[in-house]
Amino acid sequence: MSGEAPVVRAVNLVKIYQTGGVPVPAVRGVDLTVEAGEFVAIMGPSGSGKSTLIHMLGGLDSRTSGEIWLDGTRADTLSESAWAVLRREKIGFVFQFFNLVANMTVADNVELPALLGGASPRQARERREYLLGELGLADRAEASPAQLSGGEQQRVALARALANHPRLLLADEPTGNLDSRNTRDVLRLLGQVHRQGQTIVMVTHDARVASMADRVVSLLDGQIADDGAIPRVRRRGGGSAGDVVELHG
Amino acid sequence: MRQPLLALLAKEPAHGYELKQALETIFGSAYPSPNIGQIYVTLGRLEKDGYVRSVDVEQANRPNKKVYYITAAGLEALQTWVEEPTEGPRVRDEFFMKLVLAPMTGLSDRMALVNRQRRHYLALMRDLRELAERTDPANRVALLLIEGAMLHLQADLDWLERCQEELP
Ligand SMILES: Nc1ncnc2c1ncn2[C@@H]1O[C@H](COP(=O)(O)OP(=O)(O)OP(=O)(O)O)[C@@H](O)[C@H]1O
Ligand SMILES: [Mg+2]
Repeated sequence: MSGEAPVVRAVNLVKIYQTGGVPVPAVRGVDLTVEAGEFVAIMGPSGSGKSTLIHMLGGLDSRTSGEIWLDGTRADTLSESAWAVLRREKIGFVFQFFNLVANMTVADNVELPALLGGASPRQARERREYLLGELGLADRAEASPAQLSGGEQQRVALARALANHPRLLLADEPTGNLDSRNTRDVLRLLGQVHRQGQTIVMVTHDARVASMADRVVSLLDGQIADDGAIPRVRRRGGGSAGDVVELHG
Repeated sequence: MRQPLLALLAKEPAHGYELKQALETIFGSAYPSPNIGQIYVTLGRLEKDGYVRSVDVEQANRPNKKVYYITAAGLEALQTWVEEPTEGPRVRDEFFMKLVLAPMTGLSDRMALVNRQRRHYLALMRDLRELAERTDPANRVALLLIEGAMLHLQADLDWLERCQEELP
């Protein structure tokens, strides 16, 4: 362990929505620490507060109480504009419902964060070509988001979030609209960036995606029900494909 | 085991060892490889039931080998097997028994059981994912079996979540 500050530290984080007079407690006292290079999956039933939590960590939703520290700096007290700067510099965010810029091409959507982050046009283009290539979207670069399927838009959103080599990748169900093959592309890219040291916090229902993580946090009713590493399975027979059927029989 | 052997014999007569090899070639490493003893026991039963017959074939410098072939009754049984719908998986889950019964005994609480089980399923999923990565992409049969196991595991996880939501 180095003395490095964790990339994310949330302390007793609470979110109560106040709409139409009825308070809805969506997140109820969450403590979460994510170290540099860690990949944390967040799971839990619909309505358990996953999106709310990850939005708060990205400064996209205000907290009701509690603290958020990013990279050793207090963030929950920042103004909206200061959050915007912090996000641009440090955070890649993949929304559950994409949020691509409608009147820009796929290529420009992906290059924009890198350019805003100070990359040269050439660096931005090369990174974009790499990311779209890995996700099987190289030939869609000049399309506009409206011309893409849901699954394609979702992959573009992931490419955009990774364009600027963010300190922290926050992703909300990034494979929710993907079929098996596209999910495999996303898994491969996630594996690559994670091996390169990318810190990832990802909401997912998809067990294939969650099984890539170092750690799984399970939410239930706005609280953490479980937080721990995925163990190694000890398999008889040296792990050939031979016992797939048995494994699950 | 009975029907796969009948199916192979419907293609051509074979001796026990050839059947074992054929199963391995078709399913690759994705199906538990049967041991030769099991195959001979099954062939013996099929013979008793009249579904296959065998002839002794002489070999130079070796004991005779038994070559099996399918009978008309065997073909009929195979036809029936192929045409009838296959049973879907039934829920007969040992974990569910633990989940319902253990809290009554005070041995464990549900939350702890569910959490442990979820981590275990995810560990199995990681194992399957790594297995798929190591498997020859040309071996479609093996990859489809692995994908099937993954989809079942996903369903188990979803069910676990439902259990956690519904059981107090
Ligand atoms: N803007 C809002 N105003 C009021 N209540 C909200 C708002 N957003 C979310 N909620 C409520 O907060 C709770 C948590 O919602 P959240 O979107 O975080 O769940 P989730 O775990 O992401 O679910 P899903 O898996 O369906 O995406 C829910 O009860 C939801 O109805
Ligand atoms: Mg959500």
